[in-house]
Amino acid sequence: MALGAVSLVTDVSAEMITAVLPLYLVVGLGMSPLAFGALDGLYQGATVLSRLAGGHLADRGAQRRKRVAGSGYALSACCKLALLAATTPAAVGAVLAADRTGKGLRTAPRDALISLSCRPEEQGRAFGVHRAMDTAGALLGPLVAFAVLWAAHDGYDAVFVVSFCAAALGVLLLVLFIRDVRDAREPSSGTGRAEAAGASSSPQVRARVRPRGTLRTLVRIPGLPRLCLVAALLGVVTVSDSFLYLLLQRRLDLPAPYFPLLPVGTAAGFLLLAVPLGRLADRIGRRQVFLAGHAVLLVVYVLVLAPWGGGPAAALCALLLLGAFYAATDGVLMAAAGPLLPPRLKAGGLALVQTAQALARLTGSLLFGAAWMSFGPEGAMTTAAVALIVAVPVAAAFHRRSRA
Amino acid sequence: MNLRSRLLVLVLATAVLAAIAVVATLRAADRAAEREHARPGDPVARAGAVTLGQPGRLLFRNLAWGPQRDHVSSVPLTAPAGPRTSAPRDCLRFHAAAGTGICLRATGGVVPGHEAVLLDGQLRPVRAFPVPGMPTRARVSPSGRLAAWTVFVSGDSYAGGAFSTRTALYDTRTGTLRPDLEKFTVLKDGRRHRAVDHNFWGVTFAADDNRFYATLATGGRTYLVAGDLARRTLRILRENVECPSLSPDGTRVAFKKRVPGAPAATPWRLHVLDLRTGQERALAERRSVDDQALWLDGHTLLYALPGDFGADLWSVPAAGGGSPRMIVKSGTSPAVTA
Repeated sequence: MALGAVSLVTDVSAEMITAVLPLYLVVGLGMSPLAFGALDGLYQGATVLSRLAGGHLADRGAQRRKRVAGSGYALSACCKLALLAATTPAAVGAVLAADRTGKGLRTAPRDALISLSCRPEEQGRAFGVHRAMDTAGALLGPLVAFAVLWAAHDGYDAVFVVSFCAAALGVLLLVLFIRDVRDAREPSSGTGRAEAAGASSSPQVRARVRPRGTLRTLVRIPGLPRLCLVAALLGVVTVSDSFLYLLLQRRLDLPAPYFPLLPVGTAAGFLLLAVPLGRLADRIGRRQVFLAGHAVLLVVYVLVLAPWGGGPAAALCALLLLGAFYAATDGVLMAAAGPLLPPRLKAGGLALVQTAQALARLTGSLLFGAAWMSFGPEGAMTTAAVALIVAVPVAAAFHRRSRA
Repeated sequence: MNLRSRLLVLVLATAVLAAIAVVATLRAADRAAEREHARPGDPVARAGAVTLGQPGRLLFRNLAWGPQRDHVSSVPLTAPAGPRTSAPRDCLRFHAAAGTGICLRATGGVVPGHEAVLLDGQLRPVRAFPVPGMPTRARVSPSGRLAAWTVFVSGDSYAGGAFSTRTALYDTRTGTLRPDLEKFTVLKDGRRHRAVDHNFWGVTFAADDNRFYATLATGGRTYLVAGDLARRTLRILRENVECPSLSPDGTRVAFKKRVPGAPAATPWRLHVLDLRTGQERALAERRSVDDQALWLDGHTLLYALPGDFGADLWSVPAAGGGSPRMIVKSGTSPAVTA
């Protein structure tokens, strides 16, 4: 799938930067990374807004999805080159904010394109393939980056250039091989061309695209608010990976150098299971798989908490299961939301679901941090597990009613 | 465009992009090779014997281009601008006292790794400890018994780009390694303080080989903490202190402090705190200093500022007044042999 290839090379590009940025800041620019980290946090909010904006913009016309996704990819590509010139923490922070804006812009239209490019009964598989390729790119990125640094000692500029080349290739793949699916109810091709040329669209279309109007339309779509609620409810009780890794590391007394390997275990589980679980979701129902994924997450929590002597084997198990959780929920949620949405509201609707989930997870992280402070790490984890035990049946009951 | 022409465009563009990538990498590799040659006008560094036993010398990581770049180098304190003697030991961060050295270095290989190496008086490795991230601070206690180091554990793609630190302490006499200060109990106003985001860095040791000071960051603020190794506790003393450095007589702490009105990226000014009176004094250095200062003696501080080749070492009077002076060009991570 072409979009998978786009995501693969784009993720190679993005993860190259993520992998070397700390090194570059400290060794290359002599900056204190903690100062940078604080600055970086300021820009984290940019994604939420740009994601909603991307979804909204993409729904505005015939070729918009591809164009908005394309500009998102292109913006991120340019940021790789801009890093060459950015030498102060403020400049680096600004470039990364732009990069993340690009990522936010492209996510919803891209998922809308995936959803539109295949039949409703194949959504799970399509998203599974996409997410697997995405993860493969994320795993490759750091390897490419370190290979460049190995060939050219301190050659951070070379890393940025290579990363730009990969990102540009991604944009090119998108431009050449992705065709925006045209909605049957879209205005005739004549108007479509006018829109593509940047001219204003028909009054009827303009009236529909006012943000409030769109939101009201979205909320009336049967099943969508419920799905958002379920995603948000379960999002609140999802403990962020970094906390899980931290706890695992403490429980295991894992030698520190192996710490960065923990996400690799999760990514491996995700990579292996994204396609099979996506297909399974197509066959037995996406919501069932989505809920089952959270049951798997509960097993992860228990594994992290339980007094086990299994050591590394149990930890590996927990990581692979965490990967399975993501495989059963990340693409599957999009696959569940996709068919609910009419094509012209696809991107905005997907953006809404993603945002609901992301905000809920952020809230969950803050709550978990507070719980950690008052009950200690194990107490916080137990609280999260209990909350998850309560949340899954509630979500299931909700979902049963929505299916009826 | 039909499929064939689209594929043609793709192949051509891929070839161009790949060529750009290769050229960029090769040029960067060339430039890296260039750094192996000393440049005229730069400080001269020659290979030679460097020991921790020779008193009155300033040791540091040499940053001047040439084959001795990154090697631990030594100059007499009386002539710090003179030629450098460089040991065949490369370190990103270095500190030494009373015959014990600690060196944080990169391990070879494609994927960068780092380790902390304990050195004897001849700068020979005694023990190596793998560390989980990029080195930032290293300190040896005045007696040479304890060593501490801090690394940045970089946020992987899943953790969202945040950075955290890990500080380890090693007792050379008992061979005990405490790999993570976060396991110590933090006390605030006599009560236990818990948070997920406790980060520690920049340890500085007192003469008794039990007490030490460090930075604690939590909730977006930084604090000066007083550590007790035997009790495994850290007591919060004061807000807005980073990278403390205890004076040789143990009465004052030099540190960097965020000052209001300074640019967000460079907010730090050097201050000295009198531990008995609680009075702090701003030093004559007006530039932002992002380093753990070193007491050259009871009256003078030494610290790194960004320079043409990474960093230069500057000095400023610890009592306030006077003016900053560049002591060593192209050098960082200083240590003094007594």
